[in-house]
Amino acid sequence: MRGTQTQVAAETGAPVARSRPTFEREVVRQALAGSVRKLDPRIQIRNPVMFVVLLGTVVTLFESIVRPGLFDWSVTIWLLLTVLFANFAEAMAEGRGKAQADTLRRMRTDTDARKLEDGVERLVPAAALARGDLVVCEAGDVIPSDGEIIEGVASVDESAITGESAPVIRESGGDRSAVTGGTKVLSDRIVVRITAEPGQTFLDRMISLVEGANRQKTPNELALTILLAALTIVFLPVVVVLRPYGLYAGAHVSIVILVALLVCLIPTTIGALLSAIGIAGMDRLVQRNVLAMSGRAVEAAGDVQTLLLDKTGTITLGNRMASRFIPVGGHSEQELAEAAQLSSLADETPEGRSIVVLAKQLFNVREHEMGSDYAFVPFTAQTRMSGLDIGERKIRKGAGDSVRRWVLEGGGTVPAELDREVESVARAGSTPLVVADGAEVLGVIELKDVVKEGIAERFSQLRQMGIRTVMITGDNPLTAAAIASEAGVDDYLAEATPENKMELIKAEQAGGKLVAMTGDGTNDAPALAQADVGVAMNTGTTAAKEAGNMVDLDSNPTKLIDIVEIGKQLLITRGALTTFSIANDVAKYFAIIPALFISAYPGLSALNVMHLHSPTSAVLSAVIFNALIIIALIPLALRGVKFRPSGAAQILRRNVWIYGVGGLILPFIGIKIIDLILSALGAY
Amino acid sequence: MGTALTLIVLFVALALCWRYLGAYMLAIYDGRVRWLRGPERLIYRALGVDSEAEQSWQRYTMSLIIFSAVAILVTYALIRLQGHLPLNPEHLSGVSPALSFNTAVSFVTNTNWQNYSGETTMSYLSQMGSLTVQMFVSASVGIAVAVALIRGFARKESSTIGNFWVDLVRGVLYLLLPISFVMTFVFVGQGAIQTFAGPAHIKNALDGFTQVIARGPVASMEVIKQLGTNGGGFFNANGADPFENPTGLTNLLSVILILSIPFSLTYVFGKMVGNIRQGVAVVATMLLFFCIWTAVGIGAEHGANTAVHLGGIAHQVAGNMNGKETRFGSSSSALYNIASTQTSTGSVDASNDSFTPIGGMMLLTGMMLGEVTPGGVGSGLYTILLFAIVAVFLGGLMVGRTPEYLGKKIQAREVKIAALGVLVMPITVLVLTGIATVVQSGTSATLNSGPHGFTEILYAFTSQANNNGSAFAGLSGNTPFYNILGAVAMLIGRFGVIVPALALAGTLGKKGLVPESLGTFRTDTPLFIGLLVGVIVIVGGLTFFPAISLGPLAEQLSHGRLF
Repeated sequence: MRGTQTQVAAETGAPVARSRPTFEREVVRQALAGSVRKLDPRIQIRNPVMFVVLLGTVVTLFESIVRPGLFDWSVTIWLLLTVLFANFAEAMAEGRGKAQADTLRRMRTDTDARKLEDGVERLVPAAALARGDLVVCEAGDVIPSDGEIIEGVASVDESAITGESAPVIRESGGDRSAVTGGTKVLSDRIVVRITAEPGQTFLDRMISLVEGANRQKTPNELALTILLAALTIVFLPVVVVLRPYGLYAGAHVSIVILVALLVCLIPTTIGALLSAIGIAGMDRLVQRNVLAMSGRAVEAAGDVQTLLLDKTGTITLGNRMASRFIPVGGHSEQELAEAAQLSSLADETPEGRSIVVLAKQLFNVREHEMGSDYAFVPFTAQTRMSGLDIGERKIRKGAGDSVRRWVLEGGGTVPAELDREVESVARAGSTPLVVADGAEVLGVIELKDVVKEGIAERFSQLRQMGIRTVMITGDNPLTAAAIASEAGVDDYLAEATPENKMELIKAEQAGGKLVAMTGDGTNDAPALAQADVGVAMNTGTTAAKEAGNMVDLDSNPTKLIDIVEIGKQLLITRGALTTFSIANDVAKYFAIIPALFISAYPGLSALNVMHLHSPTSAVLSAVIFNALIIIALIPLALRGVKFRPSGAAQILRRNVWIYGVGGLILPFIGIKIIDLILSALGAY
Repeated sequence: MGTALTLIVLFVALALCWRYLGAYMLAIYDGRVRWLRGPERLIYRALGVDSEAEQSWQRYTMSLIIFSAVAILVTYALIRLQGHLPLNPEHLSGVSPALSFNTAVSFVTNTNWQNYSGETTMSYLSQMGSLTVQMFVSASVGIAVAVALIRGFARKESSTIGNFWVDLVRGVLYLLLPISFVMTFVFVGQGAIQTFAGPAHIKNALDGFTQVIARGPVASMEVIKQLGTNGGGFFNANGADPFENPTGLTNLLSVILILSIPFSLTYVFGKMVGNIRQGVAVVATMLLFFCIWTAVGIGAEHGANTAVHLGGIAHQVAGNMNGKETRFGSSSSALYNIASTQTSTGSVDASNDSFTPIGGMMLLTGMMLGEVTPGGVGSGLYTILLFAIVAVFLGGLMVGRTPEYLGKKIQAREVKIAALGVLVMPITVLVLTGIATVVQSGTSATLNSGPHGFTEILYAFTSQANNNGSAFAGLSGNTPFYNILGAVAMLIGRFGVIVPALALAGTLGKKGLVPESLGTFRTDTPLFIGLLVGVIVIVGGLTFFPAISLGPLAEQLSHGRLF
């Protein structure tokens, strides 16, 4: 599935959707500067864990100045580095977003807009446009702000936003009337009513989103921060009381070592990487051309239990294809095929084209030229038929009951087996079209909905992850049931209307489930707003985009599944690194506790299981390990831990092994190696 | 009885308790047991309580605090004034203010830490009318909190968690009183005494001296002491005194009584939340710890005492018999004391101070894990559920879901409450121990110096902050310093966990239920048990490792050196 997405990105050549190396030179350079700038206590206080480290650094710095010594200075420097590394991780995550924001910012136009006031055009700066203003755009103009076309139709180049190079048609009225500031009109003239306040345009929001400018802590991040703060607070007395305990035991415990122990025990690894993980999660969505309006939405995506998926475009390829001719009333299949082909000659819909193609494949019915006496009868909502008149001969194809009525009105008869055939086609999930030639019913064309390849496996993966899929379709229940079973969705909503879609979402939510859906039309807007994760298609209306909490620039509804996975990956990364961070403490205790009290109770040397060289090198090794592990885990924090769709138990077992047990063992090895290096250097 | 047979009888009895006592408790707190409805109604009328009205968590907590505060005041007054009150055959004078305060807090918080010798300090009225009464009601309060928390999990979008007064009265009336009443006869039958006749004066025919043998209403206190995981003995020697715990049978019965309610409450939990497997997961976690601690404890005491061995004092064929009763032997004594320290009971039938360093460490660490294995009546369950919230939060994160436990979403508020409830005990113990190790009035009270002396202080605060009440001996606790500081530890250890537990009940009760799916992190599997065990060990281990290494570990690693 990852393959599909990269492919989409590659095909569209989207500017924001290329995969990037973890460490880009420019991003690293800026992040280095950022990590010093973030030493500002006002920034640090937002992260309680790292703030404690910073305070500890100040204490050891003071001690080092008062009683200078190599050891105290080394600890001080490595504590400072710990803070810097944490800042660096955050700056890296932000930097990657900033680079993308810069690309976007270049698209923002400073050109003047042609504002329409009382029918007179006047040039004003684009930034001065307010909601409700009317502007004129002609071929070559850049649309100055977000808006809705109220007059005219134009082809628009939206590649700046979506990366899609093929121009799209935008026209007034209906679901294709929204235009985005920064895109370019290629032809014709349109009048646009501005729908965004200055500075609040889609592009502006996009920039601030990828920059993480006004990023707020998400609920889950908040809960985790509380847990980390609690762990930090509890270690404070644990460490402080070692001073009186040491006094009682007759051991002098230096403040510097206590600070070192405190920093090693509090969950600095996750504390340092927590915000980087959150920013990187948003960033991963952006790389897939999805803009989340809030981190909360990304997190909610990980919790989604019900996915509402539109049938067309998500589960099936957009168009139905003719797959079979079923003659009735003693007519031959070829007779039917020829009539069907004739009736579809002027039918430019994909369904009509597929009938012509099938007739040619099966019976080599050649494409007729439209003769001069050929009169095309187009489809209307009233007749629900289309066809061709050749002189007196009238050929019609259309919905079963419409054609039947037409034949009966024309004095013909309807063969008894027609109803049976129509129903069996419908039951199989296909759409039956009945073909009649004058008073004769020739047979049925089966139009088949083609289910996307590989979609069934994806649904079964989702099922394993505990996510229920519901197919939304306007089809009748019979057709819907057949496609649902072929695609392997868990449930379907047939004959869907915006109202019953809304009801379905509310019913699911009433049962405590989080619901995700995609939508593009204005009539989808209420449902998008109601859903916990509403992904609006970029091709959709402004109303839809405003109602949803994510926008998919590629307008690819299948991506909803990726979004869920990214949400989960975000949470797992946090959980895994928290576990890792806490598990690390065990080794650090075994390094520092014997070092602290070995003078009072020599027997405690038995706890020095790593056989560290000396008490000072033991303490320093633990501090250095604690700092370096942050740097080592930055790539993991930015990329996210590997996520394979599977059941909760499997994922947990895997992560407990890797990050729990691994986190227990790794520091023993790491601290020992650092100790070996330190003792080889001969300084300790 | 051999050790193996003892253990088999114990576990079979516990299994039966889990199933049947559990079902009975479920019926009590569902309001289906009403065979004493007459007296029950009378009590409600006397208290002015509407038994049908449910309370929000705030009102429930308020009722509990007011009740406990009044209980402390009444208990304090009764023992202060015992000299002017009846049932005082030895004419004992009133108890000193600091000791009265410590004792009143101790019994109301279900701790039963005793800085006094019962036989020389307390009148029969104090023992029976004051302390024993608190043994009943403090146990019932603990169970009430656990049940209220379970209701929080089980209910959906509810603003109430039950009625404190009703839970309190029903626990005493239907659970604690009947069992105590019946079992008291068994204890009396075995030789425990029950009399108001005052001490016996026995003239020694040989030397003409008159020996005074303390007596009193002992048996009536003995059963609730164990059943309510209280632990406060009538005599200073507690369960080692033959008038309290006369035979091997009463010794085993004591262990069963101690463990019965704490383990069985998990049945109530599973049934009330509608999935008995959830209760099994919790009881399995408790059992895992209990079995390991029992095995190591018995193993350690079954072996030789290194110091005695090095001193060449005696051959230790019966294990470490130092400070133990010969009628119980080393294994049964270890079982009794382990059970009592794993449950916040704190009664002893042998001297904890004379355990081997490893045996002593098992007593100490059993408490340091937060008294959840299985812990005190009610307190064990509500505390382990706080741990479970933390475990679920971590586990949920690791599977990529906002975590939920029993269908309740675990968010910032729940994590905050659970973290507070879980961490308040270690912080209290460590800080108070820290104060005592540097203050003159703290260190002068210890019998030994070095790691053993440190352990005496650490043990005292661990025991009190966990509402256990067992003493390591060696520490002279009846000083204003230890009386006051100890009372502080007991109050924080009790209400610092109860209030978060009730707050959790409130916030959980208000939540809707998230339906379970395949993506849900399941909490009734061995994997979850492993995670919960991990969290309990990690929290206990990471907070207490330095203290443990300066106490029992340093002593053990000094290979028999005496301090």
